[in-house]
Amino acid sequence: MKKIHSLAEFSRFQKTWSARKNGDPTVVVSSGTCGHARGSEDVIIAFEKVLSRRGKRPQFDFKVTGCHGFCEVEPIVRIEPRGIFYQRVTPADVEEIISETIGEGKIVDRLLFRDPVTGEKCLHGKDIPFYRKQKLLISGNNMRINPAHIEDYLALGGYTALAKVLKGVKPERLIDEVKKAGLRGRGGGGFFAWKKWESCRNAHGKIKYVICNADEGDPGAYMDRSLLEGNPHSILEGMIIGAYAIGVSEGYIYVRREYPLAIQNVETAIEQARRLGLLGKDILGTKFSFDVKIAIGGGAFVCGESTALMSSIEGKRGEPRAKYVHTVEKGLWNRPSNLNNVETWANVPLIINKGAKWYSRIGTAGSKGTKIFSLVGKIQNTGLVEVPMGITLREIIFDIGGGIPDGKKFKAVQTGGPSGGCLPESLLDLPVDFDRLSEVGSMMGSGGMIVMDETTCMVDLAKYFLNFLLDESCGMCFPCREGLDQLLTIVTAITVGKGKPEDLQLLQEIGGMMKDASLCALGRTAPNPLLSTMRYFQDEYEAHILKKKCPAGVCKALICYEIWKDKCAGCAACAKLCPEKAISGAKNRPHEIDPAKCIKCGICKDTCQYGAIQVI
Amino acid sequence: MLNITINGAEVKAQEGATYGACRLCIVEVGEGNRRRVVTSCNYPIEEGLSVHTDTKKIIGHRKLLIELILSRAPNSKTLQDLASRYGVEKVRFKNKNDDCILCGLCVRMCNEQMQSKAIGFVGRGKNLKVSTPFAKANEVCRNCGACMYICPMVEVQCRGPQTTGDLCNGCLRVTPTCVDVYDRQMCYVEDCGTCVRPGSQPAGGKSRKQKKS
Repeated sequence: MKKIHSLAEFSRFQKTWSARKNGDPTVVVSSGTCGHARGSEDVIIAFEKVLSRRGKRPQFDFKVTGCHGFCEVEPIVRIEPRGIFYQRVTPADVEEIISETIGEGKIVDRLLFRDPVTGEKCLHGKDIPFYRKQKLLISGNNMRINPAHIEDYLALGGYTALAKVLKGVKPERLIDEVKKAGLRGRGGGGFFAWKKWESCRNAHGKIKYVICNADEGDPGAYMDRSLLEGNPHSILEGMIIGAYAIGVSEGYIYVRREYPLAIQNVETAIEQARRLGLLGKDILGTKFSFDVKIAIGGGAFVCGESTALMSSIEGKRGEPRAKYVHTVEKGLWNRPSNLNNVETWANVPLIINKGAKWYSRIGTAGSKGTKIFSLVGKIQNTGLVEVPMGITLREIIFDIGGGIPDGKKFKAVQTGGPSGGCLPESLLDLPVDFDRLSEVGSMMGSGGMIVMDETTCMVDLAKYFLNFLLDESCGMCFPCREGLDQLLTIVTAITVGKGKPEDLQLLQEIGGMMKDASLCALGRTAPNPLLSTMRYFQDEYEAHILKKKCPAGVCKALICYEIWKDKCAGCAACAKLCPEKAISGAKNRPHEIDPAKCIKCGICKDTCQYGAIQVI
Repeated sequence: MLNITINGAEVKAQEGATYGACRLCIVEVGEGNRRRVVTSCNYPIEEGLSVHTDTKKIIGHRKLLIELILSRAPNSKTLQDLASRYGVEKVRFKNKNDDCILCGLCVRMCNEQMQSKAIGFVGRGKNLKVSTPFAKANEVCRNCGACMYICPMVEVQCRGPQTTGDLCNGCLRVTPTCVDVYDRQMCYVEDCGTCVRPGSQPAGGKSRKQKKS
């Protein structure tokens, strides 16, 4: 691939790729990190083995892509252009797919997705309920692009937004376009992107930076990883356009070391973009120069905070500083720096290509566009979902997510990761946008969505998040470090039955103080999971403190296993498995659990076929 | 560099040289909807800024912060005095009896004043501590002792009753109060015992006699 020296040359080059038509069917295998975990690499090896075989075999193209979103049924194999969607494919299925579907055009019935509600089989990806209500503007190209091939991105109109901008759009007009589109930062705060861009453009200083925040550290969230792995060029293109608008010639992508595939794919993408002249000096023959470096983080959650991230790039301890002077004026190395999240950058080329008018029609009055959520926890369809802003939580969880598995009841959903809040069933019809979520004590965050069913104890959950945050706090400021430590001590006491009624007041007091007095957003939002569970599940806290009972049956110190005599058949299956030999009884007679010996491991309850073991 | 006077001593100060970790200097700035809590040590002042240092919210937060810091190091005379000044009489948290409150003064002293950079923060969250690299003695440390000089915890411990959660505030109860007389100085008067509340058992020095009031 040769370096491109002019915009006209780029336009010709891009068209050769977008016009390319392929007659052969294409086998597309999704292979992000989630796919790897479920064995997609073995499937790829099996396909490659067939491809390398000499002799007569059906002709087909082969493409390895990033994550397709539906992680529950990985590895996914799609046969394009027919759009056939095969799920949970194993290496043993590969021969059959090639001979049946590609060779003879028949469908391999058992690999199709079966709708658990209607029982119908879905031939195409778009028929699957999981995908039906989604709007795949940002993540959709993950299914069509081999992240290691820049040609795939170019074929889908890649870098045309950049070319359009470089043709002579004034930076001010560009910022205005982003303003009209109403793009808000996808990293958590929901700050208007144009405001940051404009302040950074107007800030004094010759050297400025743009930074992409890919330090995604929320438990159970992986939207940014999937984008970096599946479509790194879209982020690069967004950054180059942003750099042009702000007037910057240097950029950083800050990504954590735990994302090796993402780092690898971004490195390849930067290398390819440089070779084509899309990055570096005089981009596409214009006077505009910009280059990107990758900064690899050690994986501290706090480094997702903008000032801590910049300290980390500088080679210092990832420690936030006061933001009374904004980073757009004094950021990285005290120079004006504009930091946006991965998803925010990925939205930029879309806005430029389709126009602010089109973009602002999607979403609600205050929040425009789509948002990617990682839907995890006690949910039927685990995966990444991209939905227009303003969709209700109920639609995401029940229509797209397929509801709660095993016929259990929905209890709460945690949005916004460890700094977000837990929302109860009564708020399920809440439209998802930045402002509405913060009104009810939660936040959009970067897009983690953890669903909980009736077997989740909310006090235990608050304890989990407090523990996570205490580990991940930088430890610098007193309210966050000491406050979290004391919150955790008190909540732990509540879960072991040592809670006092006045504890609730004290928890509120510390939480309120942390919200006001902490140094950075981590500390200011850290009490959210606790305060929101106290707000919406106060009865559960009271049950723990006053009745010394855990209604969800999770907190071991407060529960007791018992055998219902009329249900027990005396099969002794539980007695055989009990590690403490706490269950006794005559054969075919109701058994009994000795509470003194019982360690409350729950093995007996899981084993019993008769549902005779109850937690009280 | 700016020239300023702190407690009578003339010092050169650098802009933005504060650390902002203890958050005890919180104040509210602005009016109405725009009112927010900031730390006065590093908030850049501007023309017409309206500052509130004594609102109910600020005093409440500050008291709670003192309580939290005291729970970490209940025997510090400096912290006990601070508590007394703010009328904090009870610590509702479990004492941790830690020797270090992680204020970072030693690290800054070593790095900025002594130009040695021998110590720094290690770890994060609850595992944060001040240490030399890899917790080994290193040659850049000149054993100058500046870190000990500035440490608010290297001092004679408060000899008040050390029962968990109870602060004697004894030094406030005598007239004139010990805080008034000695101001910021540390209490070295081992056998004075004026501050010890009548009837309470001093926990620190065995040799000390209780003074009858």
